[in-house]
Amino acid sequence: MIDLRELYQDIILDHGRHPRNFRPIEHPTHTAKGHNPLCGDRVTVYLTLDGDRIEDVSFEGRGCAISTASSSLMTEIIKGKTLAEAEALFAQFHAKVTGAAPRDVPEALEEDAERLEPLTGVKAYPARVKCATLPWHAFEAALKNGNGAAAEPVKTE
Amino acid sequence: MNDLAGTRPRAALDPRELRRQFPIYQHNPGLVFLDSGASAQKPASVIDGVAEFYRRDYANVHRGVYQLSQRSTDAFEDARETTRAFLNAADVNEIVFTRGATESINLVAQSWGPAFVTEGDEIVVSDLEHHSNFVPWQMLCERTGAKLRVASVDASGGFDLAAFEAMLSPRTKMVAVTHVSNVTGTVTPVERIVQLAHAKGARVLVDGCQAIPRMPVDVRALGCDFYAFSGHKAYGPSGIGVLWGRYELLAAMPPWQTGGGMITQVTAAHTEFQDPPHRFEAGTPDISGAVGLKLAFDFIEGLGREAIRDHEDELTGYAIDRLSRIPGLDLVAAGQRRLSVLSFNLDGIHPHDVGTVLDQHGVAVRVGHHCAQPLMDRLGVAGTVRASLGVYNDRDDIDALAVAVEACREMFSR
Repeated sequence: MIDLRELYQDIILDHGRHPRNFRPIEHPTHTAKGHNPLCGDRVTVYLTLDGDRIEDVSFEGRGCAISTASSSLMTEIIKGKTLAEAEALFAQFHAKVTGAAPRDVPEALEEDAERLEPLTGVKAYPARVKCATLPWHAFEAALKNGNGAAAEPVKTE
Repeated sequence: MNDLAGTRPRAALDPRELRRQFPIYQHNPGLVFLDSGASAQKPASVIDGVAEFYRRDYANVHRGVYQLSQRSTDAFEDARETTRAFLNAADVNEIVFTRGATESINLVAQSWGPAFVTEGDEIVVSDLEHHSNFVPWQMLCERTGAKLRVASVDASGGFDLAAFEAMLSPRTKMVAVTHVSNVTGTVTPVERIVQLAHAKGARVLVDGCQAIPRMPVDVRALGCDFYAFSGHKAYGPSGIGVLWGRYELLAAMPPWQTGGGMITQVTAAHTEFQDPPHRFEAGTPDISGAVGLKLAFDFIEGLGREAIRDHEDELTGYAIDRLSRIPGLDLVAAGQRRLSVLSFNLDGIHPHDVGTVLDQHGVAVRVGHHCAQPLMDRLGVAGTVRASLGVYNDRDDIDALAVAVEACREMFSR
């Protein structure tokens, strides 16, 4: 049996119970909804961009411990980053949890990438991978959407 | 508590012994399978019987003049007769083979629907319905301009007969309702529903997916007009299902899919169609699926449907009792008369997290919205954890579930 505590590490439970940046942004420059039709999890990601820098980022929604913790950690980590840096972090994280070819991040981002490590335990649980990637997909969709409120929710993969 | 429990003697089934008939248990030692509500495991008699049919008697049906085709046709039509007897239907021509309950319901919604429903008419469903008995009617209403009315469960999650009756009007053309809820296990008062609906001139379709594998079903005693179910929840193969309909209703319905096997004459100008049931079975049917379904019914009848109901009823009572003692466990629709299906939530822990922990303990349950989002909305929950029973389950399975749930609580409360 795989030890479940590898999946549900303290940091995950903490962010799952007490999500950071769990609030709407009133006038975001970018926003998108993410929806996992399999489990019904929903997340809305809000962004305020200053040029290509993420000045503020937040989320709302309801989901399991994994998706809530992933949303929370994502907002903490990408706040203040450039879009390119955030994309690089997601590319590496996505590769890790889906078992795709490894992707490097620039050295300056290694500490941030390390913070996402606890979430990579989902790799052993194929049905749960989408829980962890949902907020990141919503983040990417927000960049495409702008602040178009009418846009369709992005589905997980 | 469960008022079905205790009113009958202890079940005569021996689940331990029965498991020997289910190869899945030999290949998955220690499996605690509590997801029969999604799909039941298959006894060796069904698995081997289907393979044997392919080996010995298979050819296309209703086509060939050769003996093998006749044998295959006989097996296929014998399955239809077994199904008729299983439902106590009046006429074997009332049994239409489909892909499953979803297709059965879509058949009625798409064939009977546009022929008999017009703008301003009403269709009544309950919010206990599986999406498969909800969305086809919603689509029909969108197409025809009819109105979909949704009868809500009462505060305790039970079928609210008074609220249902208030929804009926002379404009009600169809009432579509489940026999046993796939989320709460609630057994609906189908006979009363039929009486009330018929008094307004409405037809009644019953979704029997959860009822067929676990209680006696007599469509003539129920009095309904259509009865739909899937084979795979009743220990049969996936890909085969049944629509039972009153013959005069089926005879008045146009074909919904067209092609081979359902015509009497085709010319460039015009096609004449067969009578029911073949009118609704265009194309080569799931021949081996029908054979497997018959074997599944033989399996069920061999145990006895009363005995199955009593067994699952007793076990349901035990499960309610066992789970109710777990702190923080919230049983959905507690106190309802229910059969074999239990939904619960745990201490604010998301059902998917509970499901993952239970899986690590070898306990297979369903988590999520169970294709019943209107009911989830009504109950004010995002989803539930659902345990559902089959003939192979016993108290040890429930105990294993309870232990795993306790472990889950412990992990998330650290």
